[in-house]
Amino acid sequence: MNVIVCIKRVPDTEARIRIDGSGSSIETSGIKYDMSPYDAFAVEAAIRLKEGLQDEGDVSVLTLGDSSSSETLRKALAMGADRAVLLNGEVSLDGLATAKGLAAELEGSEADLFLFGIKAADDDQQQVGQMVAALSGRPCVSGVSSFEIDGRTARCKREVEGGSEIVEVDLPAVLCITKGSNEPRLPALKGIMAAKKKPLEERPAQVSASRVRLIGLSTPPPRAEGLIVGEGPDAVPELVRILREDAHAI
Amino acid sequence: MAKVLAVAEHRDGQFGAAAREVVSVAARLARDLGGTAQGVVLAGTGVPVEASSLGAFGADKIVVIEHDALADYNPEAWVSTLEDLILAGEYGVVVFSATTLGKDLAPRIAAHLDVPLASDVTEVAISDGVVSVTRPVFSGKAFAHLEIDASPALISIRPNVFPSVEWAAEGEVTTVTPDLNVSDFRVRVVERESSSDGVVDVSEASVIVSGGRGMKDPENWSLLESLREALGADAALGASRAVVDAGWRPHGEQVGQTGKTVAPALYIAVGISGAVQHLAGMRTAKTIVAINRDADAPIFGVADYGIVGDLFEVLPRLTDEIADLRAKD
Ligand SMILES: Cc1cc2nc3c(=O)[nH]c(=O)nc-3n(C[C@H](O)[C@H](O)[C@H](O)COP(=O)(O)OP(=O)(O)OC[C@H]3O[C@@H](n4cnc5c(N)ncnc54)[C@H](O)[C@@H]3O)c2cc1C
Ligand SMILES: Nc1ncnc2c1ncn2[C@@H]1O[C@H](COP(=O)(O)O)[C@@H](O)[C@H]1O
Repeated sequence: MNVIVCIKRVPDTEARIRIDGSGSSIETSGIKYDMSPYDAFAVEAAIRLKEGLQDEGDVSVLTLGDSSSSETLRKALAMGADRAVLLNGEVSLDGLATAKGLAAELEGSEADLFLFGIKAADDDQQQVGQMVAALSGRPCVSGVSSFEIDGRTARCKREVEGGSEIVEVDLPAVLCITKGSNEPRLPALKGIMAAKKKPLEERPAQVSASRVRLIGLSTPPPRAEGLIVGEGPDAVPELVRILREDAHAI
Repeated sequence: MAKVLAVAEHRDGQFGAAAREVVSVAARLARDLGGTAQGVVLAGTGVPVEASSLGAFGADKIVVIEHDALADYNPEAWVSTLEDLILAGEYGVVVFSATTLGKDLAPRIAAHLDVPLASDVTEVAISDGVVSVTRPVFSGKAFAHLEIDASPALISIRPNVFPSVEWAAEGEVTTVTPDLNVSDFRVRVVERESSSDGVVDVSEASVIVSGGRGMKDPENWSLLESLREALGADAALGASRAVVDAGWRPHGEQVGQTGKTVAPALYIAVGISGAVQHLAGMRTAKTIVAINRDADAPIFGVADYGIVGDLFEVLPRLTDEIADLRAKD
């Protein structure tokens, strides 16, 4: 079973986001970057699948981004992926442009499974995986919290409002992964050493022009200063009064 | 004349808030374009959808597409059906709900039509025929203001953000039956499981009672359950990642960066510290209440109202007071 996982380098979830003087990009100094959290779940799923199947297949990771993204690819290699490809190019605001760049690379690929995170923690679009699937004519299931391979079928658990579904999809297929019960492993020292010797190819990305124009970025208005109504259960009646009369919330 | 299409979701024939919101937005955009708003509903054969009721929210026309294969969401059936309708309709804008279904469907349609998609938008306007949107980025830590350079402009709107606006329109319903070959589908839904016993999902609830590690033990969720019940039928339970990872609560309830993003009218955080990844999922709630014994917990930094104290003392009292109040209504 050959698996390709698409991963993206994004600001760490703890990062404080500030807008720079141009008004249309963020202040990057002082920001730590990491693999997007859902992509880490996807990499973990791919490695577990490989460990479980113990077949000849391998796990590749693919990213479209500038040269700093090689750091994110190395992390995936350190977790246990076998090879990596960096499509060097500027990441577009237009998810479809990114999807086309990835789909061009994946065209003709004989991998059995293409894994994506359900969403990248910078642009939060939740679209690139489904778009790559549509562009490449491969079937796709999104919101997958766990899956099993049975012959040429992936049996997926998919999270939906108020419950879940079991969805079967024919391989080769695209799965967009959400958080499941598998905590992504942290690279161990041995893995980090091994990653240095694993193949990391780099080639230019084919990114089409963005058809989404950025007018600017803004930060949310700060929430009005909160009110500590009081301490302990005696504060409850006043809270309930406020929620009814002032906030009209109950 | 420019037309705007709203993709209206239903469950077993019933429309929820998401459908009313999506039609309301389409109706407003259509007026700004000087055109008409249409709704489309995909349904299984014989499902009694009250399609004409969308007229009350501004849909001039409603197309019901009926086929057995559309009874439950199957991406392959839905994409081909909707793609045909959009291609035939010459729409200026197509509006989806950013629900699980909409977020799965809209990107596929965008790729097929070769147009970009602005996902999960919280504002949308048209001026001089150009669609501009605002959408949260960096997990809600910033907003991007964008213009879409394509036609149709595809957007999905975040649930619970846009109002449902009553606006009487004709709501003329036509029903069509597409040609679908079920045996071609490579994606098959084989089983559906409801985890909620009819309680609204956390992503759709207008009130959320959310518990964290401060609850100490999964058994103590009965306290949160009582509060949720006292708050009525639109209330759901939420959870922090710490308690989901501990196996105390299902992942479907998790709020935050790696869980659901919610925008309820009222969010009550109980025994939740308010880590930045949790705030990412709930900071746009209209009113936030925090109950925590640590006055310095970061949750108080976003809460509108807080009580500092032991949740095991505060919760029962809160449940009683709210139940009393509602009993008098
Ligand atoms: C990549 C990444 C993604 C993440 N995604 C998410 C996510 O989606 N959602 C999420 O929630 N977290 C997420 N986290 C985890 C997050 O960082 C926190 O660890 C988590 O939110 C903490 O959960 P908690 O508030 O329940 O627990 P704690 O931080 O342990 O807080 C418990 C709180 O309960 C209070 N308390 C204890 N006892 C009582 C009592 N008797 N009465 C009143 N108060 C009491 C304490 O004062 C404390 O504030 C993520 C982390 C990472 C790194
Ligand atoms: N530049 C990129 N390079 C590689 N994969 C990407 C890139 N952008 C998005 N993806 C993948 O697509 C998923 C969804 O991203 P998005 O639609 O941007 O939220 C991510 O979780 C990644 O798996």
